Formats: sequence, C-alpha cells, structure tokens
Amino acid sequence: MNDFARAVELAAGLIGDFDPELREIVVLSLGVSLTASALAFAIGAPLGAALAVYRIPAKDVLIVTANALLGLPPVVVGLAVYLLLSRSGPLGGFGILFTPAAMIIAQTILGIPIVVALVHRMTVGLWATYGDALLVDGASRMRATASLMNIGRDGLIIAFLAAFGRAIAEVGAIIIVGGNIRGYTRTMTTSIALETSKGELSFALALGIILILLSMTVSTLSYFFGRVLTGR
Amino acid sequence: MIQWFSSIRIEATVVLALLGAPVLSSAPLRAQEQTIVVASTTSTQDSGLFGYLLPIAREKTGVEVKVLAQGTGQALETARRGDADVVFVHARSAEEKFLAEGFGVKRYPVMYNDFVVIGPKDDPAGVKGRDVAAALQAIKTKGAPFISRGDRSGTHIAELALWKDAGIDITKDHGPWYKEIGQGMGAALNTASASNAYVLSDRGTWLAFKNRGDLTILVEGDKRLFNQYGVMLVNPAKHPTVKKEAGQRFIDWLVSPEGQNAIASFKIEDQQLFYPNANDPNA
Repeated sequence: MNDFARAVELAAGLIGDFDPELREIVVLSLGVSLTASALAFAIGAPLGAALAVYRIPAKDVLIVTANALLGLPPVVVGLAVYLLLSRSGPLGGFGILFTPAAMIIAQTILGIPIVVALVHRMTVGLWATYGDALLVDGASRMRATASLMNIGRDGLIIAFLAAFGRAIAEVGAIIIVGGNIRGYTRTMTTSIALETSKGELSFALALGIILILLSMTVSTLSYFFGRVLTGR
Repeated sequence: MIQWFSSIRIEATVVLALLGAPVLSSAPLRAQEQTIVVASTTSTQDSGLFGYLLPIAREKTGVEVKVLAQGTGQALETARRGDADVVFVHARSAEEKFLAEGFGVKRYPVMYNDFVVIGPKDDPAGVKGRDVAAALQAIKTKGAPFISRGDRSGTHIAELALWKDAGIDITKDHGPWYKEIGQGMGAALNTASASNAYVLSDRGTWLAFKNRGDLTILVEGDKRLFNQYGVMLVNPAKHPTVKKEAGQRFIDWLVSPEGQNAIASFKIEDQQLFYPNANDPNA
C-alpha cells in the first residue's frame, strides 16, 4: 500500500508545483488525443449514421468490420502507420514520422471504428422510432438523419468520449509512431511506460493518477456540455 | 520537359526565398535544419546520460537532438529505413554489418561502460565473485531463474555471446528457468526484481534503476563484460533526407575533447557511468 500512498503524494506534489515539463506533456497528450478523437468523430459519425439510414451495398460487411475493429490492437495500428510514414514507406515524403501529426493519425484510426459502431447502433434505434414519421413529413433522408442526430446528441457525446478514452489511454501506437521523444512526442502514457522502465514505479503511478484526473475533467466537461445542449 | 519544370521550381524557390526573407527571418528554417533524430538504445536514456548530455550539446553545437530510445537492433532498423539521422548504439558486430551494407558513413567509438550480472542477494546459484562464464554455468546447472532481454538489443546480443563463451547453446539448451521477456532493460530489471532472478544489465541503467528490491551486483570486472558504444551518421547516399551537416556536427562534438569530458562528468551518486574512449583506435 505504501507505493500507492507515495504515488498519491507525488501526484499532489506534481500538480501543486505545476511542473513545467509535466505541463508540456499534459498539453501534448490532450492536444493529440482531442484532435484525434475530433477527427475520428468527424469521419466516423456521418459514416455510422449513413450505415443506419441509407441502403448501402455490402452494408452488413461494413458494420461487422467496424465492430470487429473495436478490438484493433493499438500496437498493430502503430506498426502499420509507422510503415506507411517511414522514409522507406509510401508516405515517407511527408517526413512526419516521429511527430505529433503521426500520433494523431494513429489515434484517429483507432477512434474511427468506435465512433462508427456507437453512432450506427444509436441511429438504428432512433430510425426505427422516428424514421418513418420523418419521411412521411416529407423530409429527405439527409434531413431526417440530421434531425435524428439532434435527438441523439447524448449518444454522439458518448461516441466522442469513447474515442477520446481510447486515444488518451493507449500507448502502443503512439510510442511506435511518436518515438517518445522528450519535449516533443512524449505524452502521459509514454512517460508512464518510461518511468516504469526506470523502476520509478511510484512516480509512474503518480502520472497515472494525473491521467485519470484529466480524463475525468474531459468527461465532466462533456457531460455538462451535453446537458446544456439537450436543455436538461 | 522535366528540366524545364525543375528550373521553374528553382526560380520559384528563389523568388519565394527573396520575397520571404525580409518578412520571415530565416532563423526558424535554420532551426529546423538543426534538429536531428538520433536512434539510440534504452541504456543511454534510462541511465539519464542523454538528459544530461543533450542540453550541453545543444548549447555547444546548436544542434537539437530528438532521441529515440529503442535498443540496438530496432535503432539500426529505424536508421536502415531512413527514419533517423544518426545511430548511437552498442553492439559492434551489428554496427559493422550496418556499415558493410552501406547504411552508415563511418563508425566512431565514443565511450564504454560494462555489463554486470545482477542477482538476488542470497545468490542461490552461488555466482558471486566468479568469472562470468563460471557464473552462467552455475545459473544453468542450478536452474536458477534468469531474465533475458530477448529483444535483439545490444545487451541481448552481448548476453548471447556470453552464454556461447561459457560453452552453452542457450537458444537450444535452456529450461523454464530462462525467461525471454522481449522488452527493454528497465522492464527486464523490473521482472528480475519481482521474481528474484538473475539478469545481465549495463551498469549505467542498473545504477540509475530505482526498483532494485533484493537485487545486487554479483559479477563484475570480467573483461568479457566490456560494453562499447559507437556512433554513426546514416549514409546520405542511401537516404538523401539525412541531415548530414547537423548530424556530423553532433558526432564531431561527441568525440571532441569537450564532448568526451562532458560524458566523463556524468555521475550518479558520485559514480561515473560512462568512460569516453573516442581516441582508442581499437574500440
């Protein structure tokens, strides 16, 4: 238990001191993961909704694929993005391996299936309830979908948060494509991995505590944002 | 046609540069050129050497170094793909292969430290104070737990050579007592600490390591435990994106008297971790 008590103490100390290196790491972690989850949402939400509303060929295949990709191991995504962005890879000319941009790409790929699956599930339910009524009212499928998204704002927020949760928590992908470079691509999770390997277990756990606090902050903000949005 | 295109491009570049020069100072451009990626080993990072050395290097050379701490095998692979400008590793055989394949320009010896055999204080295999070959034979005879990096890092390559030297074909001839974890030095030490096992470590990572538990140094000082580090510029002929000027400047500084002194002055608890030897032609 001693380790845990020490970790809490260290975490409090770090937050109290407003440690500049920690601040940099926190800003990078939040920046990368929020950007990635926003991109995943922007790509995944329309796709998920369309799969529920439109008649799309091979729709079942796409849905099953999205569901299966929920279990995509971050390290595999990391490796694939690495091979694509490497100087010897097809997209090597951009020179963005070992940059925050590479980390955003990897986490976006991890987030998309989550958003697609959750938004699809939600839209299927809403479509069953309201779809016919909306169409009878003369709305196009596009407009009807927009109305459904309005009704399902809570679900959209959950989908965004799930993608964010996956992004902020993962280490397997970003440590490969970011390289854990100090002051440049070092995030909360890669720091935790590094401190663990240095045997600084309490310090690593302290960083973990701070990461949980960050996640709670983002989820709380989204919760209130959702309440404001739905007027409840 | 192609020539025409490229001459247009050059002119456009010149015009843009002229137009941009008064507005955007060229400083940020130069600063970008000065940033290099160095693929290195976990030991140079986990021991704290880079944290100490790089700010000095930056001040003296103007080159900012981004370090990838990967283990020798992976670091060389990263460089082969053109994703690093400089490699700073510790497995001479692998480095020479890298050079022979044309991926490196020239290998410079930089510094050395040594490997140590770490194990539980009560030393169930009785290896304390023996030479490293006898120690490994005793560990095997006793079937005492041993943690191997198993990740083709410099330390793993050295460990395999030590088993071979002790007359043991470890890849074929080992029992459940020999555990390959396929991870970095720190993870191997954590595993050994949690399971009271023997493990081979570089001295630097061990000295900086905080979760020692019941472990201690049992075998050291054997000349077979010598651990040499070398640095190489990735060959711009293979990968034109290599920042050869800044990379070479960093290397030149590392092997200069100034860089060598900086390496020697890095200490943990008053112990020197790395010994500069850029002037040793056989290193």
